[in-house]
Amino acid sequence: MRGSIRIRRAALLPAVLLTAALLAACAPGGADGRTTTLTVGTFGVFGYRQAGLYAEYERLHPGIRVRESVIERNDVYYPQLLTHLAAGSGLADIQAVEVGGIHDVAAARGDLFEDLGKAPGVRRSTWLDWKWAQATTPDGRTIGLGTDIGPVAVCYRKDYFRKAGLPTDRAAVGRLWVGDWGGYLRIGQRYRDRAPAGTVFTDSAAGLFNAVLHGYAERYYDRSGRPRFADSPAVRASWELAVRAVREGLTARLKQFEKPWDQAYANGRFATVACPPWMLGYIKEKSGAAGHGRWDVAAAPRPANWGGSFLTVPRAGRHRAAAIALATWLTAPEQQTRLFVKQAAIPSTPAAYAMPQVASAHNPYFGDAPIGQIFAAAARGVPTLVIGPDEQQIGSAFVDVGIPQVEQQGRSPAAAWAAVQREIHNAVDP
Amino acid sequence: MTATAPALEEPAGPGERPAVRPPDAAPSRRRPGRAHRYTPYAFLAPFFLCFAAFGLFPLLYTGWTSLHRVELTSPDHMEWVGAHNYLRLLQDDFFLNALRNTFLLGVLSTVPQLLMALGLAQLLHYRLRAATFWRVALLTPYATSVAAASLVFVMLYGRDYGLVNWALGAAGLGPVDWQNGTWSARLAVSSIVIWRWTGYNALIYLAALRAVPEELYESAALDGASRARQFIHITVPALRPVIAFTLVVSAIGATQLFGEPLLFGGAGGQKGGPSRQFQTLGLYLYEQGWFDYHLGRASAVAWAMFLILLAAGGLYALAARRPARSAGR
Repeated sequence: MRGSIRIRRAALLPAVLLTAALLAACAPGGADGRTTTLTVGTFGVFGYRQAGLYAEYERLHPGIRVRESVIERNDVYYPQLLTHLAAGSGLADIQAVEVGGIHDVAAARGDLFEDLGKAPGVRRSTWLDWKWAQATTPDGRTIGLGTDIGPVAVCYRKDYFRKAGLPTDRAAVGRLWVGDWGGYLRIGQRYRDRAPAGTVFTDSAAGLFNAVLHGYAERYYDRSGRPRFADSPAVRASWELAVRAVREGLTARLKQFEKPWDQAYANGRFATVACPPWMLGYIKEKSGAAGHGRWDVAAAPRPANWGGSFLTVPRAGRHRAAAIALATWLTAPEQQTRLFVKQAAIPSTPAAYAMPQVASAHNPYFGDAPIGQIFAAAARGVPTLVIGPDEQQIGSAFVDVGIPQVEQQGRSPAAAWAAVQREIHNAVDP
Repeated sequence: MTATAPALEEPAGPGERPAVRPPDAAPSRRRPGRAHRYTPYAFLAPFFLCFAAFGLFPLLYTGWTSLHRVELTSPDHMEWVGAHNYLRLLQDDFFLNALRNTFLLGVLSTVPQLLMALGLAQLLHYRLRAATFWRVALLTPYATSVAAASLVFVMLYGRDYGLVNWALGAAGLGPVDWQNGTWSARLAVSSIVIWRWTGYNALIYLAALRAVPEELYESAALDGASRARQFIHITVPALRPVIAFTLVVSAIGATQLFGEPLLFGGAGGQKGGPSRQFQTLGLYLYEQGWFDYHLGRASAVAWAMFLILLAAGGLYALAARRPARSAGR
């Protein structure tokens, strides 16, 4: 008995100390009252912690500590951010916002964010024009600083191209379809006629749809903010191309980011995929060692941007000035360059493109492709995309309903188009 | 289990009151002290406080929200619209489609599930080698998380590389696009539900079977009744109250079916397939609230589900009353 009591006491001491330590860690300002703990809310993998940026910032600024809270999926993260904004609590000092949500946040909730455009050390010319414009409210306040962007290239299998009698050199491949996604489909027909057994030209019609669509300035909305998802030339052209790719049998009839898509990478099912830089890591992981040196990266027919994010500072945050300073530092060209080195995230700050880490970057998995140059060139050519409300819902109507109806369920394009319009009307009507 | 007890006691001694009253039920002349009288309520209070905070309040607030136009982008801005959200549900093809799917998936998953559970319970009721092993094995799917189970099923039902299609191919049958077909997708989603819940229901039936007097089976066997006849004439009548209980629980579960179709749908799973062929009410609520950000409309869907369950419960209560009355006669 006595022994067990002693053991219990011995166990109690560390427990008390641990509790005290935890409580101290929770207390705002820390034990000495001078440490400021900044919180950063992100989704997916932004890579700040992995690239050691928080640790370096803490070293440069004694008295500041940075803590990141990550939610894996943006479709979970973003609704939670909206609820926290409405409640005015639960917000991190810095909140990341994906491009699909930046318009809604800027238009409907812009007043809840700091104007970072006027922050010390922030110069508009640091960022690509279109990136800066996306996070700017109609009354001229810039509530988000651009992080990475998603300029589109085409990743292709050199070994399959060789077997199909197509050129394999990335410059030559880029010339095959330069300027026109229709040219991409014509190469697809040539590929199909001499394709290695069991392979098709591209993964999915929806991936093609996104890559084509996001090269147009006006897509679902025109510059005056009028909805154009039924008749805009961009939507019609992208739809026609996607449908044509299905009809010609050029797609593997897969849905992106689903398990069969992963398996198709592993099995080498398709020869090309429209790939923003954030997809390179995915391709490498899913294709595995067997794909090493077989993939390569060529320029897309037209420059387009697919994805990317912003850092914002909510007004309800506790340490706004310190948060603005951290957000400015994290999005500066030097730090964006380090994220590029760490995980191929393409900077939204053109100054970074000239830095040797980007300009001379080669990706060994993709046949030593100069990915810095390829994606930087694409980024410079991207038009200023007009973003409107409900971008994600409208995109989902095309990608999750309309195109799979044609591609997977074999419905007529007219019926699928009607289904898309019904979906959109249901989604945008409050 | 509790549901079986009264029914099984009935034949033992109908109309006979227990000879000895339990001591605490004995009427006492002494008035209990005030504190004494309220003690039970004090013990019950934590549950009801929690229920009020996390059950009743959200329920009522959802009802209040459903009478407004509210967007998740600015939930603090509520515009009164009265019954508009409910009225539009009646003409909302997507809602009616989800209602139909919920019913179809409920039938597709509940009926085979309970039939199989009954059969399995009967099998386990006979003396078996390694009985504990079989019972634990039955309960394993129930202990698996929805997410893990659904993801495995997604792989099994894959169009290009799935095991099911591979087996079909070996048997000389063409591959099936399980996810994109209409009935194939519904069958696949139902199979996940069936796989997860059959063992659970079988164990409930098995527990109830333990209370059925062994002599009934023995005398039936003496009279030459086969195991099938024993099942139909002894097991099923003895288990009727438990079957009703599992039916109610399964019906509630089926109305709320959510995780399996969401994960089976993969990317864009909230729509329940490209033509919404397996979108349930739960998924439509989720889509309305958390993808389209229409909190008012989503709340109306939630309340519609609640009312549907209440109506089903009322119908069940009516139906359950009749046999009781006829038994009393």
